Amino acid sequence: MKTIYFDNNATTKVAEEVLEEMQPLFCELYGNPSSMHTFGGQIGRRIAHAREQVAVLLGCEPTEIIFTSCGTESDNAAIRAAVAATPEKRKIITTRVEHPAVLTVCRDLENHGYEIMEIGVDRQGRLDLDEFKHELDDNTVLVSIMYANNETGVIFPIDRIAEMVSEKGAVFHTDAVQAVGKIPLNLSKTAIDMLSLSGHKLHAPKGVGVLYVSKGTRLAPFMLGGHQEAGRRAGTENVPGIVGLGKACEMARNNIEQENQPVAKLRDKLEEAILRSCPDSRLNGDKENRLPNTTNISFEYVEGEAILLLLDRYGICASSGSACTSGSLEPSHVMRAMGVPFTAAHGSIRFSLSRYNTEEEVDFTIEHMPGIINRLRELSPFVAEQGGKRL
Amino acid sequence: MWEYTDKVKDHFFNPHNVGEIEEPDGVGEVGSLACGDALKLTFKLDENGRIKEAKFKTFGCASAIATSSVLTELIKGKTIEEALKVTNRDIADYLGGLPEQKMHCSVMGREALEAAIENYRSGGKAKHELEGTIVCTCFGVTDVEIERVIRENDLTTVEQVTNYCKAGGGCGGCHGEIEKIIQKLQAGKPRHAPHKVPAKTSKLTNIQKIQLIQQTINEQIRPALRAHGGNIELIDVEGNKVIVAFRDMCAQCRMAEFTMKEVIEAKLHEFVSVELFVEEDKDTQDQPHTHRE
Repeated sequence: MKTIYFDNNATTKVAEEVLEEMQPLFCELYGNPSSMHTFGGQIGRRIAHAREQVAVLLGCEPTEIIFTSCGTESDNAAIRAAVAATPEKRKIITTRVEHPAVLTVCRDLENHGYEIMEIGVDRQGRLDLDEFKHELDDNTVLVSIMYANNETGVIFPIDRIAEMVSEKGAVFHTDAVQAVGKIPLNLSKTAIDMLSLSGHKLHAPKGVGVLYVSKGTRLAPFMLGGHQEAGRRAGTENVPGIVGLGKACEMARNNIEQENQPVAKLRDKLEEAILRSCPDSRLNGDKENRLPNTTNISFEYVEGEAILLLLDRYGICASSGSACTSGSLEPSHVMRAMGVPFTAAHGSIRFSLSRYNTEEEVDFTIEHMPGIINRLRELSPFVAEQGGKRL
Repeated sequence: MWEYTDKVKDHFFNPHNVGEIEEPDGVGEVGSLACGDALKLTFKLDENGRIKEAKFKTFGCASAIATSSVLTELIKGKTIEEALKVTNRDIADYLGGLPEQKMHCSVMGREALEAAIENYRSGGKAKHELEGTIVCTCFGVTDVEIERVIRENDLTTVEQVTNYCKAGGGCGGCHGEIEKIIQKLQAGKPRHAPHKVPAKTSKLTNIQKIQLIQQTINEQIRPALRAHGGNIELIDVEGNKVIVAFRDMCAQCRMAEFTMKEVIEAKLHEFVSVELFVEEDKDTQDQPHTHRE
């Protein structure tokens, strides 16, 4: 059975071109870039090249790029370093829909005397900017707000927020793990101080990430024990990963416009067809400001895990914000923050596409979706026409 | 992904006895849309008082559907008395086991069966009513139900109780009370020592005591409140009086007064000292909360 992969916000396929670029770095060019001999030393040039490729995609200077092991490390480092740099300010602002890599770190800092403000979102998943403006004050040391939400794909007005934060003299960090490679960025034109990205979300391998730190932003070294990454992040470089990420960034940069249009077209086709053919389904998230590849649809009166398992039978990979899939008993924190009723949150399914998806795959899914939903609704004691009441 | 047995998958993909019996002898309905799963069981008896037919309708995950399907198979051919002996263990065992976090599905099956029998015995009038007093307000679970899953499945931790009947899986405010029920029922039995307990010294200096209180709030109490949009702040410690303030959702919650205080005291007794008692700081109570719903 063919796998139809619609879970690209979870992870992506490594591009063949990326793998090709990485291949020689395992058995042939395996030297340590810190070595004195030519064999090792030549590897340094490859890392420098990758750094440039990343910088071009982000629109920044290569010196502003620090390679890390993943997006989570970048988030941890950014948040902890930012608050350490200005110990007299004690307030951190973030959102209720952040990824745990940010939210959990902020909540941990709460245990160390920091005040944490979590900005809410509306039913469409849009940030409450009035609340944000109200909370942003002179005591604020750091604002960390994601560029785009992983569950709904909703994009936040990061440039505007960064300006406001900059005016208040606080540090602004954004977790752009879902945005990089999907929407064009130009960091030289923004007031963003720090940005996290993750290789495996844009067709590079797992185990490599980036923390962008703009020139002039104070950042204490966050891994000690070596001079790598200008002494800020010690540890022998993940050379194949870094080189692969460089290539992936180059590919994203060259193709971002041409590729995202077809991806958005496929996503729209899938979304419209499902919403049309499955009664009592609804879209979660702002349609206007959204990543081109993501759609999040709730199916009332049925449960997400059951949908995923039936999709899985056709080889279709997706994900769900339902309680049962997360191992907890409540739906995802994003669905709850948006105020999606539990009846719909339990049955929410996210499809996230990539440039490798085809129209046939979309058509195949469109064909089978109504059957899957109907089948589960036939099992369900709740019926639509009675507004969710029992039969 | 969950590790489901082939039996679970088979009953999920090809469920038996789906539907609703017309003019049933007994109807049992448990769960709700909000809770994430619900089950409606109907059955009909033959002239000898044996269950001739049983059907189900279930909203929920794969294991909820599979356990419902198995339940209907298990009770067919049984008398009411025999059917009442079916436990959640029987259902889980029939499926070759369920993941721990999914055991509540098997309990839901057993509850639906009991509700249906209760309904039958009352001549089709009785709706299932909760027995006992509610302990977990998030999922509406009573002390009677919690005691039962502890006894029938020999549970020893709050986490297990949550896996089996959902109690404690929401805001976490009832963890203290569940712990008490476990202690009551499992008293005398050897227990697994809870890990990561900070060493309790016989004599704490004031500074040590305050640090330990803060640590206990940070590690044991706040994460549970946070899960539901609430928060707690340690204001002061005067002798054995621990003064705290509730924030966000907790501050608005009318349950705060009696449930939160008890839970926090229980945790502080467990990790710091049994002499401590909790008071809510009234001065900061009127502060505006920090987010809107």
